[in-house]
Amino acid sequence: MNFGLMIETFPKLLSGLNLTIQLVTISLFLGFCLAIGMALLRLSNNTFLSFFAKTYVFYIRGTPLLVQIFLIYYGIAQFEIIRESFVWSFFKEAYWCGILALTLNTCAYSSEIIRGGIQSVPFGQIESAKSVGMSRFLLYRRIILPIAFRQALPAYGNEMILMVKATSLVSTITLMEVTGIARLIIAKTFSPVEIFIVAGLIYLTINFIVTRLVNYCEIKLTPYLRQAH
Amino acid sequence: MDLELLILGDKGWGDEMLRATMVTLMVSLTAMSIGLFISIFGTLSKLSNKLYLRLFGDVYTTIVRGIPELLVIYLLFFGGSNAVMSIAKLFGYNGYIELNAFVIGSIAVGAISGAYSTEVIRGAFLAIPRGQIDAAKSVGMNKFIIFIRILIPQILRYALPGLGNVWQLTLKDTALIMVTGLVEIMRQSHIASGSTYSPFTFYVTAALLYLTLTTVSNTIFNRAENWANKGVRRV
Amino acid sequence: MIKKSFLTLITFLLMTISTSYAGDWSKIKIGTEGAYPPWNGTNAAGELEGAEIDLALDLCKRMKAECELVAQDWDGIIPALQNGKYDAIIAGMSITAERMEVINFSQGYANEPASFSVLKSSKLAALKAGGKVNMDTLNSASTALLESLKSTLKGSVVGVQGSTTHENFVKQVLGDSVTMKSYDTQENLELDLSVGRIDAALSDQGSMEKFMESDKGKNIAFIGPGLGGGSFGGGVGVGLRKADTDLLKMFNKAIDEARADGSLAKHFSKWFGKDISM
Repeated sequence: MNFGLMIETFPKLLSGLNLTIQLVTISLFLGFCLAIGMALLRLSNNTFLSFFAKTYVFYIRGTPLLVQIFLIYYGIAQFEIIRESFVWSFFKEAYWCGILALTLNTCAYSSEIIRGGIQSVPFGQIESAKSVGMSRFLLYRRIILPIAFRQALPAYGNEMILMVKATSLVSTITLMEVTGIARLIIAKTFSPVEIFIVAGLIYLTINFIVTRLVNYCEIKLTPYLRQAH
Repeated sequence: MDLELLILGDKGWGDEMLRATMVTLMVSLTAMSIGLFISIFGTLSKLSNKLYLRLFGDVYTTIVRGIPELLVIYLLFFGGSNAVMSIAKLFGYNGYIELNAFVIGSIAVGAISGAYSTEVIRGAFLAIPRGQIDAAKSVGMNKFIIFIRILIPQILRYALPGLGNVWQLTLKDTALIMVTGLVEIMRQSHIASGSTYSPFTFYVTAALLYLTLTTVSNTIFNRAENWANKGVRRV
Repeated sequence: MIKKSFLTLITFLLMTISTSYAGDWSKIKIGTEGAYPPWNGTNAAGELEGAEIDLALDLCKRMKAECELVAQDWDGIIPALQNGKYDAIIAGMSITAERMEVINFSQGYANEPASFSVLKSSKLAALKAGGKVNMDTLNSASTALLESLKSTLKGSVVGVQGSTTHENFVKQVLGDSVTMKSYDTQENLELDLSVGRIDAALSDQGSMEKFMESDKGKNIAFIGPGLGGGSFGGGVGVGLRKADTDLLKMFNKAIDEARADGSLAKHFSKWFGKDISM
């Protein structure tokens, strides 16, 4: 075990941290916004809308993220129509393809989590809100969504960790985040085990921080669920 | 999308893709079994009275669930042979030992699957009301009978949805073993798409193959859940 | 119960292990990439084919050994050799000082210059192809060619396959004047060049020429001089573990024999259309 190499590699890998964090935050944010919409579509009474949402979630959850990434990056570029249109400036960049793949992925999983949260709101609360004459919009904003988010927080925390790990897969489409840089260094030093251990430690640290943050949010938002010590 | 590329037989990649699907299925089944095997020890460790066992279980699940799967697979692939060789050196064997790609891939995905299964089974175990075990002890059942008659049926019932999720995860994680050279769906599509310069055709095919596997699994798990919940009133 | 299940696990693992003894080289496993035609590629029947596949089988016959070809992703190809997954690497691997620190090489059996390629419609195509630059023996003419190459490429996006001598060249010689993108396989690099995601690609001429013959590659052309020497190393050789000096001797002898009776040249002319053996 070459500890000297591991210590040398650590700062080099940290330079990829910037990209990793960008990818996670942007895709989580966009994915979350889309997921609220997707969850509402899924719960809608309109068969076409809910069918669309169901199929979307089915497809994303049924295929590996790696396949989705390759399809978006290599697959879509094969079509002349895309290459000659204005969307090409988007698909041309590996960065945007990576964000798109991660966003679509997290949107599907998050929408299921939000849906679970929405469906767990006690019906009594909805009834009483309707009885005081709240409009549908007000009902969602004041009652359903706040309760749903609190219910969904632990599961969403899980999803955030999965997203941090998912960013390592975009190293396969030339993006130089932590895993991408790790592979570049391994190509020069031929010591995969040492370098992947350092990379693994970096991810563990990020995930530890995320877990702590989510725990803190849980405690702040749901003080009534805290157990007495 | 060029369907000609997918002909079965020597002119097309169709048969290679189907063979790869079989390999994916085999690796997933092996990995899931290894994972369940590991999860029994994992759960026992995490629920044990001894601190070092609890620590060991916690460290295992935290590390394996906190590092990207790709890194776990790389580490086991490159480090695994080294580790086995160092152990063999202790016994005086100085040659090269190669664990074949199928075994390494299954162990790698199995280790990941085991960490998640441990959490599921632990949750299922904790969901069983303590009172049932006390009652069983009071009528004189020994540990083994309690395990078979009380724990297993209920653990199965509570754990099945979670294990269904872990199975889906395992199935999709096998796509990452492509780095070990094992020819499963992802690697086969990568080779084919490179050789024919038609990524769309092959990655769509790969997606459809995975979708088929997950849909069939879904149906099987739903049936199993219904069987395990016979006679139980559910929401 | 735990002890028993542990023992069964170990026994199961032991049954799946295959071991190789150094010294008795009647069975040799050869690692290759399978994604680098015409050196080594995979055909529609799922089989490995290419100049190096033919060469490997030929060399094994001469060494009176039974050969098994194993495919491995390029960026893990040397660590897998060191782990014992196979005993030799025949995968278009150039002999470089860097690699020689960790593995041994046989004598070189082929050498091909590397060139930059671009889309014919790109403005970089103005730089005509021609000339040769050897990084070890730069004179005024080749330096001029190198300089015009550098100035043409300044500010563009250059693609290479990761973990290759081409990647090293771009990093060392072009450095920050270009944006470099590393691909996992040569084939993916070629794909992205053909759709215009990168402005230029650096690879050896043979594999790019193969791509140019195909439908997707017909709009691609070489620019600038053929490059060799320096970070490109001294030709392509068979990679072997440092400890296997006897296998090294066997391979060198077999390559000498193949060169002497012309089969070395034949294998390469068959797949490359020209003789690039050395």
